[in-house]
Amino acid sequence: MDGLIEKSKADWKVAPNFTDYAAERQRFTWQWVRERLGIGRKGPINIARLAVDRHLAEGRGGKVAFRFLAAGRPVRTMSYAELARATNRFCAVLQRLGVRKGERVFVLARRIPELYVTVLGALKQGCVVSPLFSAFGPEPIATRINLGAGKVLVTTADLYRRKVAPVREKMPSLAHVLLVGEEGESVAEPATLDYAALMAEAGEGADVEVVTESEDPALLHFTSGTTGTPKGAVHVHEAVLMHWASSYYALDLHADDIFWCTADPGWVTGTSYGVIAPLLHGTTSVIDCEEFDAERWYDILASESVSVWYTAPTAIRMLMKAGEALLRGRRFPALRLIASVGEPLNPEAVRWGQAVLGLPIHDNWWQTETGGIMIANTPAFAIKPGSMGRPLPGVDAAIVRRGEGGEVVLVEQPDVEGELALRRGWPSMFRGYLGMEERYRQCFAGDWYLSGDLAKRDADGYFWFVGRRDDVIKSAGHLIGPFEVESVLMEHPAVAEAGVIGKPDAVVGEVVKAFVALKKGFEDSEALRQELLAHARKRLGAVVAPKEITVLANLPRTRSGKIMRRLLKARELGLPEGDLSTLEGGA
Amino acid sequence: MTHEDIRAGVLAELLHIAPELEASSLRAHRPLRQEVDLDSMDWLNFLLALEKRFAVTIPEKDYRRLLTLDDLVDYLAARLSGAHS
Repeated sequence: MDGLIEKSKADWKVAPNFTDYAAERQRFTWQWVRERLGIGRKGPINIARLAVDRHLAEGRGGKVAFRFLAAGRPVRTMSYAELARATNRFCAVLQRLGVRKGERVFVLARRIPELYVTVLGALKQGCVVSPLFSAFGPEPIATRINLGAGKVLVTTADLYRRKVAPVREKMPSLAHVLLVGEEGESVAEPATLDYAALMAEAGEGADVEVVTESEDPALLHFTSGTTGTPKGAVHVHEAVLMHWASSYYALDLHADDIFWCTADPGWVTGTSYGVIAPLLHGTTSVIDCEEFDAERWYDILASESVSVWYTAPTAIRMLMKAGEALLRGRRFPALRLIASVGEPLNPEAVRWGQAVLGLPIHDNWWQTETGGIMIANTPAFAIKPGSMGRPLPGVDAAIVRRGEGGEVVLVEQPDVEGELALRRGWPSMFRGYLGMEERYRQCFAGDWYLSGDLAKRDADGYFWFVGRRDDVIKSAGHLIGPFEVESVLMEHPAVAEAGVIGKPDAVVGEVVKAFVALKKGFEDSEALRQELLAHARKRLGAVVAPKEITVLANLPRTRSGKIMRRLLKARELGLPEGDLSTLEGGA
Repeated sequence: MTHEDIRAGVLAELLHIAPELEASSLRAHRPLRQEVDLDSMDWLNFLLALEKRFAVTIPEKDYRRLLTLDDLVDYLAARLSGAHS
């Protein structure tokens, strides 16, 4: 077909883990993964112990686990043995604070070493860990900590002062807040503890080794829906099997790779693949603590000899936009695989990789709810640019249609659009939305998990993303719930109603755009719009707040009173408005 | 244009993108993207706005040198005085 990127053995710098699609899927069992990780069918299973301690037991303690890069500072490396000691210490800190198995530990930090130690240490202690994106504003932070009834929060002194202190009172479940000081900053804040001091006081090992089993909750990741508050997707320790298998097949990780996952652990990709998966394979990971900068990124790829790179379409498009001059002759002889996730990667971007970096980009698909990569273009097989690839071993995907009675009908013919569904039962499948049983049940029909993504499958078994079933906004690969943004806008005294949409954008996919109608006595002005923007950014943070605000006389509503985001979007894009018969007053 | 004029212009554009900013609490020698809550898109829009306001082009190759408010003011001052960067 047009544009197919064929592969041959000449393209392989090392032999890929996944070379015979049908045979490997046929042969694959989860028991085989358990054996590879050295664990039995039943019995203890702990993500952090498998990721870290196992390598010490097998004589690999001296290997570098992480290389932390920060502008203007020397590289800080951490070996598997050092990581094991630090995570044991953090485990001991939690025990001394009286934090028990199953209790929730939140982390809010940039990509600093303490974040990684906290995540893994808390997992060892059997706590449920929830990393929050440090660019969130106070409102999303408080909402999530409250939904998760967080007992512990680890953050930096600076983030605490700016984002947590103003809403601390709203989070009654938080018993302990531990502050990390950056660059010699004071961590003396009322009602907080000093992370470094607690770590120094803690003994080398935890007093009691907490035992976790397959179905014990381990990770809590928040995702956004169209309506209501964010949903906290719960993952269990058994998810580690998928973390291992998906990075074995889709990222082709080998122990001697230098791996760089550019995602922040505040999003599920940054936890599953930025923290856990590379450690499971005994790989060395590069962690860049800085924000995106095109030339810095080229520099890291070259100077760190990155061999496997997992990034996102927005970043790739920003590199494309920045131009090839920034390469300044840099070459990437060590690089052998580039993969991308977050939203469909346009074919031009796939080919740009080939032309500029010397490798095509392998798109893959998964969600917060799936806990790991489900469908992927993988190194040994042809890439169809624009396609998300084929299901990995252990994963059954299908295109379905929802029937009248809620049952699903499989769409067998190729190239027919329907909802992307996965056969339930893979280990990293979410086990619930915290406190929302009904919404969890609604995600399933019979044997199938319904993803909410519309897609089609071609005759070769490759899946193609079509769109979302709902109004959820996807900006820079992250889901943003319009309701969360609307609610905050509505809290401003000038706003009578608010409707929020994703406006298509060539670089980030969609940008958040808000439409508001004003209360009587308020007039549209540049100053008022700036005030609304300030209000939203202060409460929500830059990544969630709208980039554009437009004032309208009133917003279109259905007869039942719901704001019609679809119609706002159609008007914004100049598209046909469709059937308006349910619209209030036929506007 | 003096350093002070340039600083005022930079702050005005910054406030346009991040109107929640309290300019008095901004530490001019610290990375701006940590001082002010700016995502990648805000940052690029900010640099484009500076290009427009000061009628200079800021090539992508210079972006990595522009981390703090002080960096930006010094850079723009040098560019506006005709010095080659």
